Amino acid sequence: MTIALNGEEVAEKIRGAFPGPVVAADKAAVIVTNQSLYQVAEFLKNTAGFDFDYLTDLTAVDYLDYFEVVYHLTSLKHNHSLVLKTRCYERGKPVVSSVVNLWRAADFQEREVYDLMGITFEGHPNLKRLLLWEGFVGHPLRRDYL
Amino acid sequence: MEIERYEVISSDEIDAAEALRINSLKEASQQAIPDPDRWLEEELRRNVLLTTVDYAVDWARSRSIFPLMFGLACCAFEMIGSAASRFDISRFGMDIFRWSPRQADLMIVAGTLTWKMAPAVKLVYEQMAEPKWVIAMGACAISGGTFRESYSVVPGINHIIPVDVYVPGCPPRPEGLLYGITKIHKKIGKESIKTS
Repeated sequence: MTIALNGEEVAEKIRGAFPGPVVAADKAAVIVTNQSLYQVAEFLKNTAGFDFDYLTDLTAVDYLDYFEVVYHLTSLKHNHSLVLKTRCYERGKPVVSSVVNLWRAADFQEREVYDLMGITFEGHPNLKRLLLWEGFVGHPLRRDYL
Repeated sequence: MEIERYEVISSDEIDAAEALRINSLKEASQQAIPDPDRWLEEELRRNVLLTTVDYAVDWARSRSIFPLMFGLACCAFEMIGSAASRFDISRFGMDIFRWSPRQADLMIVAGTLTWKMAPAVKLVYEQMAEPKWVIAMGACAISGGTFRESYSVVPGINHIIPVDVYVPGCPPRPEGLLYGITKIHKKIGKESIKTS
């Protein structure tokens, strides 16, 4: 079975590589800053020992105060997994950098999050609505929709 | 004393009159009346039956409906179930579910219709050849069901295409769908070639 890595230990290694990005960490997940997300994702993918070569899931949660984008990473090489999170506090125009360059699986997932939650992914090659149609007003999975 | 046995025929007027009528009818009915179709050849007579054009057309149409498979959600499984051997939709001459709208007469819209799917439904309906009928199967197709207030769901397929029969249920059992199909049969039976 896939082993879920301890978020605190992973956070320590990220802090060792570059100080700053980690906001918080517990056993379940690592939360990093919005700006450093791509950097951390690249680090987790390319560092020997982590080798997170597979993006299982990418989703977002609306906590009213902030949006949280959640990345479920898996390493097929080492058979372990990690939950990586980042937060956007700007409700008007939440922006996260895209990870399509690292994992192609993020393409549709980021489009879906953009479609339903209204989070812009900077650097995405084709950021259009996925499930709803062009011209739909609003982002229906936001808590304040309707 | 010798009894005269054959004196029983009385002179009673009623009986006498009846006897006269019977005898005269019997006299007049020695030859059989020819059948109205006697002018037909013997071979032909055994193979022709007379009816109205409407009845024949409606009978043929209602017993050879080809349904269009249009499964949008969970109702589709009940539709598939009604086509399988247990409920056996073939009993109504609906042997084959058609994937091409050009070969279908009946559109069974089974499931939730979203606005993104709605143009496709309208297009497929318009591609079907006349005459055509539509069954709205399940709560979602009838009115949007649970998702009626949703941002993405059409509140009833009658917003998009005209519906002949509504089959309620969530999802309706195959018996319900078959009942709806018999309603379609009855509806077809009322049609006339003069109006359709």
